[in-house]
Amino acid sequence: MGKDDPLKVLRERKKAWERTTLKESLKALPERKKAFTTTSFIPVERLYTPLDLPSFDPDRDLAMPGEYPFTRGIHPTMYRRRLWTMRMFAGYGSAEDTNARFKYLIAHGETGLSVAFDMPTLYGYDTSDAEAEGEFGTCGVAVSSLRDMELLFRGIDVGTISTSMTINSPAAVLWAMYLVNAENRKIPWTKLRGTIQNDILKEYQAQKEWIFPPEPSMRLVVDTFEFGVKKVPQWNTISISGYHIREAGATAAQELAFTLRNGIEYVKWGLERGLGIDEFAPRLSFFFNSHNDLFEEIAKYRAARRIWAREMRETFGARNPRSWWLRFHTQTAGVSLTKQQPLNNIVRTTVQALAAVLGGTQSLHTNSYDEAYQVPHEDAARIALRTQQILAYESGVANTIDPLGGSYFLEWLTDYMEDEAYRYFDRIDALGGVVPAIRKGFFQQEIANSAYRYQKEVDDRERTIVGVNDYVEADEAEKVEPLRVTKESFNRQIARLRAIRKARNARKWERALAALRTAAEGTENLMPRIVDAVRAEATLGEICDTLREVFGTWEEPLLY
Amino acid sequence: MAKKIRVLMAKPGLDGHDRGVKVIARALRDAGMEVIYTGLRQSPDDIVAAAIEEDVDAIGLSSLSGAHMTLFPKVVQILKKKKAGDIVVAGGGIIPPEDVPKLKKAGLKGVFGPGTTLQEIVDFFQKNAGRSR
Repeated sequence: MGKDDPLKVLRERKKAWERTTLKESLKALPERKKAFTTTSFIPVERLYTPLDLPSFDPDRDLAMPGEYPFTRGIHPTMYRRRLWTMRMFAGYGSAEDTNARFKYLIAHGETGLSVAFDMPTLYGYDTSDAEAEGEFGTCGVAVSSLRDMELLFRGIDVGTISTSMTINSPAAVLWAMYLVNAENRKIPWTKLRGTIQNDILKEYQAQKEWIFPPEPSMRLVVDTFEFGVKKVPQWNTISISGYHIREAGATAAQELAFTLRNGIEYVKWGLERGLGIDEFAPRLSFFFNSHNDLFEEIAKYRAARRIWAREMRETFGARNPRSWWLRFHTQTAGVSLTKQQPLNNIVRTTVQALAAVLGGTQSLHTNSYDEAYQVPHEDAARIALRTQQILAYESGVANTIDPLGGSYFLEWLTDYMEDEAYRYFDRIDALGGVVPAIRKGFFQQEIANSAYRYQKEVDDRERTIVGVNDYVEADEAEKVEPLRVTKESFNRQIARLRAIRKARNARKWERALAALRTAAEGTENLMPRIVDAVRAEATLGEICDTLREVFGTWEEPLLY
Repeated sequence: MAKKIRVLMAKPGLDGHDRGVKVIARALRDAGMEVIYTGLRQSPDDIVAAAIEEDVDAIGLSSLSGAHMTLFPKVVQILKKKKAGDIVVAGGGIIPPEDVPKLKKAGLKGVFGPGTTLQEIVDFFQKNAGRSR
């Protein structure tokens, strides 16, 4: 090709531009900063051209939507057929309080449910437990019993709507309550659609809501995989989550790398149990964060799809294309919201939601502007939902698939993210895998280091946060409507638990918990025993205490 | 040489959000203080026992789960009961504005919300927890 090689021509043109046009401009009008970086510290050049993509092969690296490696999206028509699921994370107070919020959100157009549980529930304690003091319903709904689960979904058709539950260490128990509730309402389990988060590895790394040590926890996770495959085939038995890793301080690349490496770990444990890869891999789902840096986030999602497809097909030999799909939910970055000038958070959330949509998310939660103060008030949650609807129906971004695909910058950044992820995979493997790396505090230290670096940059004003370290307003009118959990909700919950304990069949209850204990001491799948214990009206705390006695609890390595 | 300020950083209750507490622990350490981080899920009794045992000048409490109104004042009360009421207590996290005066009335010397700079927190401990005890 010689002289006519377009890349060579371009290289010469760029050099000439740097010598002339650019040089003169910089002399007269210097740039704002010496160096530009993404939110996650990745250096960003002035301009990206095909010269930055020397080995780019659109056929291999992008292919077509709905085809391997799915860089452009997992479906051939994406949002032209069906928009993403608008799934608002909600929960506070008692089951009745949250049931009312669910109905409010459905009435305003949300298309999927997502349950936030309170701290005691996340740790497997009943509201009546001493450990639960002061935490009832403050950052999610309290669900201690099957009765609470019934009330939570009263008047909602769980046979048609899909439900996501952010629950991890006690996920098997809450899922069993959901299943038994459906059974009592005569809805077959085969019809149920939804997700339990059930991602214990990222709990040790970032979210820090654990009960048991890693090995019995992983056993419970694989028990749910196995049970789901056989009994609840449309259920996603895990949502492998980068969200909390990012919120805890990780960079976008760390979020990507740790999440996908965790995913690979779950696959390994499932295979070890004897499950076939194409049996359970199609039920694995993912959950990512969306922070403020638009292109960085979009690149992350595209890289994630490509890596997962490759690992599933090439490394694990999956044959079913559904096993290759990385399906994911996105939540906008809670950590990016500011207490100062809270209405600005609506704009931040809009940019973040846009990134998720441009990145091909399957479902989306948008945060409310008041979340640096409290669990969202109804009005704030409605605006967050409306933000998604405006993006979906007014912005035009859902009209075509992967509209930014082919952008030199985005493709370069997608490759960069992918390379970073593989570099982390090597480091984690060198530590002996995910669980040994958790025991050594590797993830925790990496995340803490990034969090500190970010905060220093904000403090040193290397990073501008509008309303926080620049454009500060002295007298800020509070624009946040308070939301409070009532004492009545708490009292009702305690009374309900007392009534359940009094009215249930004590012999049946005792036998179910004894059977669970024996099973936990052995190796059988615990899900059927947990379902039986829920049918016998054992509470969350009672079931988890039984398992705690057998499995013990986890203490993390202390570091900062 | 002046004795180093000793600060106990703690997470009371069940809240697992530990990004903030770790960042602040590191900032205080970098500012020359001795920092003891007791980790997650500490009861108010655990926190006070550790504070007395470690002979600290101040305690920094962090909660983002909404349990601050129950747990923060309890730490102050137990300190007083154990005759360690001279230990300065500060708290931070997701705290609605109307709770701030209530927490101060309950004996917290400082209450910090999102957007506070590390320097403000360092300054607070240097000013209020200097070794005079």
